[in-house]
Amino acid sequence: MSYNGMTAETVTFRGHNGDQGEAYYARPTRPGKCGGVVVIHHLPGWDEWITEVVRKFAHHGYAAISPHLYFRDGPGSPDDIGARVRASGGVPDDQVVGDVKAAIAYLRGQPNSNGKVGVIGFCSGGRHAYLCGCRLPEIDAVIDCWGGNVIVDDRGQLNAKRPVAPIDLSEQLRAPLLGIFGNDDENPNADQVNRTEAVLKKLGKDYEFHRYDKAGHAFFNTARQAFRPEQAADGWSKVFAFLRKTLAA
Amino acid sequence: MCSYIVEKAKVSGSAKGPSGWMRIDTANVYFDHPYHAPLDHALAIDFVCEADGGRERVAVELSAASARELVSKIMVALAIGEQAHAAPAAPAA
Repeated sequence: MSYNGMTAETVTFRGHNGDQGEAYYARPTRPGKCGGVVVIHHLPGWDEWITEVVRKFAHHGYAAISPHLYFRDGPGSPDDIGARVRASGGVPDDQVVGDVKAAIAYLRGQPNSNGKVGVIGFCSGGRHAYLCGCRLPEIDAVIDCWGGNVIVDDRGQLNAKRPVAPIDLSEQLRAPLLGIFGNDDENPNADQVNRTEAVLKKLGKDYEFHRYDKAGHAFFNTARQAFRPEQAADGWSKVFAFLRKTLAA
Repeated sequence: MCSYIVEKAKVSGSAKGPSGWMRIDTANVYFDHPYHAPLDHALAIDFVCEADGGRERVAVELSAASARELVSKIMVALAIGEQAHAAPAAPAA
């Protein structure tokens, strides 16, 4: 047997408003077409773990790209930029949707593309994935990994950057949705995940949720104390099974 | 989960950052997943100068217990230090 070779590099892309930023792109080097995955990073920033995730997708035969959603707040190290963005209240939803739209177009524009592109996001990225699934009809698969604030119970938290709770846009979700959650997570907590599922069920959406005991927020993240190897291994198997169904040519 | 909840303290003073001493006017304080400290959650403090654009920071990540210990010691140091450095009372006429 042999493993997929890959190339992995930082590329430039034209995001929201035509702003030029950087993205981390990895693809298998074997000839032929493959599905694409946009990897939306978590709130702390575009960090080393996200580059490992991008390469993991390439290892499994997908072209993957993670746009740096905070490039407009640089320069600096990922943690310094992340801290800056946190202190300013985050990045606007419209800007994230625009950057993700551009990343999707980047993948579809590659000679290796089979035309299918999914989005996966972690933490705030999970919320962004859900949001993009509702606002971008060109997405073929959505994966929400523990995205908090899809449901917003305190409407006072809505603001100019995040004016709408993604749950309120669920009617517009077109692509199949995979949700991965730890039952010990505080945001989203188990009740919020239940309520999200109830909305999807009521709307007749194509979805599957997987919830894990003894796992909290960010349990896939090998750089965190929250990492749970057994639950993460099973979660990743669910991710790849889902993509085999949804991103096949 | 990671959140944008940040308490901002207006401060006046200096901090030593990657480029040397710098003026600071804000301490961004939050309790969330840390970047470096081997903790699930940490009390993070970022000292910045927003008036100068807030590009550089001096950052710390502490356990909750450490943060409370620090608060306690800050209050003790202030009390002892202000007493020690208080101007002597004027002699009686």
